[in-house]
Amino acid sequence: MKISVVRNILEANDRIAQQNRDLFTENGLLVINLMSSPGAGKTSLLEKTIDALKDDVGIGIIEGDIQSTQDAERIARKGVPAVQINTGGECHLDGNMIRDAFKEFDFENMDLLIVENVGNLVCPAEFKVGEDFKAMILSVTEGDDKPSKYPLMFRESKVLLINKIDLLPYVDCSLDRIKEDSLKINPDLSIFEISCKTGEGLEEWYEWLRERIKNREVIS
Amino acid sequence: MHEMSIAMSMIEIVREEMRKCDAKTLRSVRLNIGQMSAVVPEALSFCFEVITKGTEMEGARLMMDVIPLKGYCHTCEKEFEIKDYVFACPSCEGTSIEIISGRDLAVVEIEVD
Repeated sequence: MKISVVRNILEANDRIAQQNRDLFTENGLLVINLMSSPGAGKTSLLEKTIDALKDDVGIGIIEGDIQSTQDAERIARKGVPAVQINTGGECHLDGNMIRDAFKEFDFENMDLLIVENVGNLVCPAEFKVGEDFKAMILSVTEGDDKPSKYPLMFRESKVLLINKIDLLPYVDCSLDRIKEDSLKINPDLSIFEISCKTGEGLEEWYEWLRERIKNREVIS
Repeated sequence: MHEMSIAMSMIEIVREEMRKCDAKTLRSVRLNIGQMSAVVPEALSFCFEVITKGTEMEGARLMMDVIPLKGYCHTCEKEFEIKDYVFACPSCEGTSIEIISGRDLAVVEIEVD
């Protein structure tokens, strides 16, 4: 007997992600799902962003890693609340993990929640966690062929931060090619060229983010 | 490798559907896998085989149809196949493109006894 079904395999996760989203919206939070390969600079970007914004923005961070609490410790040293999720092997965070982690926060005075996903350019793009938008980092040491190799992540992201531009003289990587190929996949992508090491380009990112947070508050 | 979580969600759906019609064994499952989904069919097959072992689903055939990536241009209102992940309309070069298929990840049919 054949039975027609037609059900989205990720429906359970999508449902939980939507519940998270509703909860975040009720509380006037801007939520970013931050993704990249391992070592592209997600935690470094968070440290810089926290330093720049924490005086006037309430920030919370969820750290996703397969193992260890090092990232949450780095963030906690910056004086903002951080909750570590250890996936124990899973290559991505899902709605359920974020729902549980969010319970740990006192989110009354929070404006911005950044979820640092597990370092991986493939899997996290497929799972919603309840974010307003996805942001990704590509570091120039990874090479300029990544947009065409991992199109889904570039398509799903609203923001692309190209990190480690201070290393451009030492690597064969063309910023123009990264930008051109990314924009073919996602013409609406906002691109920032940054170095978390030297601080170059970060002001523009902070400015853009502040604007987002402000607009967010107006909506809610 | 997130095919394991996908396979678990998939068998959850299949189990529910089997319960609805009081089915005892599963013969096959048909899936739509979008060209732009981050799923490797071989990996998914492998995970499906592993987690159905010893269950009422053991030995079921997993059939996967890969759905091509198609877009709809909001400027000239035409549908077209998106080639090489270039999100620009081949007719008017517009870049306001909505994906209409190719992101699929769905159970579409099961065969049961």
